[in-house]
Amino acid sequence: MSAASAFAAVLVILGALLAFLGSLGLLRMRTFYERIHPPTMGTTLGTGLILAASMIHFTALEGRPVVHEILLGGLMTFTTPVTYMLLVRAARRREHHADDGSDD
Amino acid sequence: MRLFFILLVAWLVLNESVAPGHILLGAGLALAGVLVYKRLEPATHARNRPMLVLQLVGLVIADIVRSNFAVARIVLGLGPMQRKAGFLSLPLEIRHPAGLATAACIITATPGTSWVRYDAALNIVTIHVLDLADEAAWIRLFKEHYERRLMEIFE
Repeated sequence: MSAASAFAAVLVILGALLAFLGSLGLLRMRTFYERIHPPTMGTTLGTGLILAASMIHFTALEGRPVVHEILLGGLMTFTTPVTYMLLVRAARRREHHADDGSDD
Repeated sequence: MRLFFILLVAWLVLNESVAPGHILLGAGLALAGVLVYKRLEPATHARNRPMLVLQLVGLVIADIVRSNFAVARIVLGLGPMQRKAGFLSLPLEIRHPAGLATAACIITATPGTSWVRYDAALNIVTIHVLDLADEAAWIRLFKEHYERRLMEIFE
C-alpha cells in the first residue's frame, strides 16, 4: 500500500468517525432543536475528509489530478442547509399551532 | 453569461471530459439552467471581489472545523457541564437577499448553530445555538467574521 493510500485511509476513517458521532448525537440530544446540530458534522467536516481522501487516493492511483470531489463538497454545503431550514421551520410552525393556534 | 460558464465547467469537471459531445450537452444544460434561474430571481449584482470571497471561504472552513470539534465534545459528554441550548435573536445590518441567503447557509452549515427564522420587517434573525455559553461573544464573532464581509461583497 502506498503512502498516499494509507493517508487516504486515515482520512476516510476520521470522516466516518465524525459521521458516526453525528448520528450518536442525534440519539443522545434531548430536544428536536438540539438534535439538528450533531448530524451537521457528518455533512461538513465528515464529508470533507472523505472527499479529500477520495481526491488523494484517485489522484495517486490514476496519476492525474482528480478534483471533481470539490464540486460535490460545494453542492453538499449549499443544499443541506435548505433541508435543515425546512425541518426547523416545520417544527416551529407546529409548536406555534400547539401554543395558540396562530400562524408563524 | 457568468452562470452559463460556471454550469458548463461544472458539467465538464463532473464528467472529467472535454469531448465535443460533453461540451454540447453541457452547453445545452447550462443554457437551460440560466433560463430557469432568470425566471426565478431578478439579477442580484455581487461585486467582483475574488480575494474577499476566498477570505470568507477560508474563515467558513476554519469555523466549521472548530465547531465540529466543539459539537463532537458535547456529543461525547466532554463538553461544558452546564450547557444551555437556546434561541438567539440577532439584529442584522445586512439586507441584500443573496447576502442573507449566504449567511443562512454559513450558519446552518456550521455545526452547533442553525438559522431558524428571519424577520424582514425588523431585520432580525433567530438562530438556535447548541451551546449558548457567551451570547455577546458569538454575536461579535458573527458580525466581525461574516456580516461585514458579506456586506462588502453584496452591497
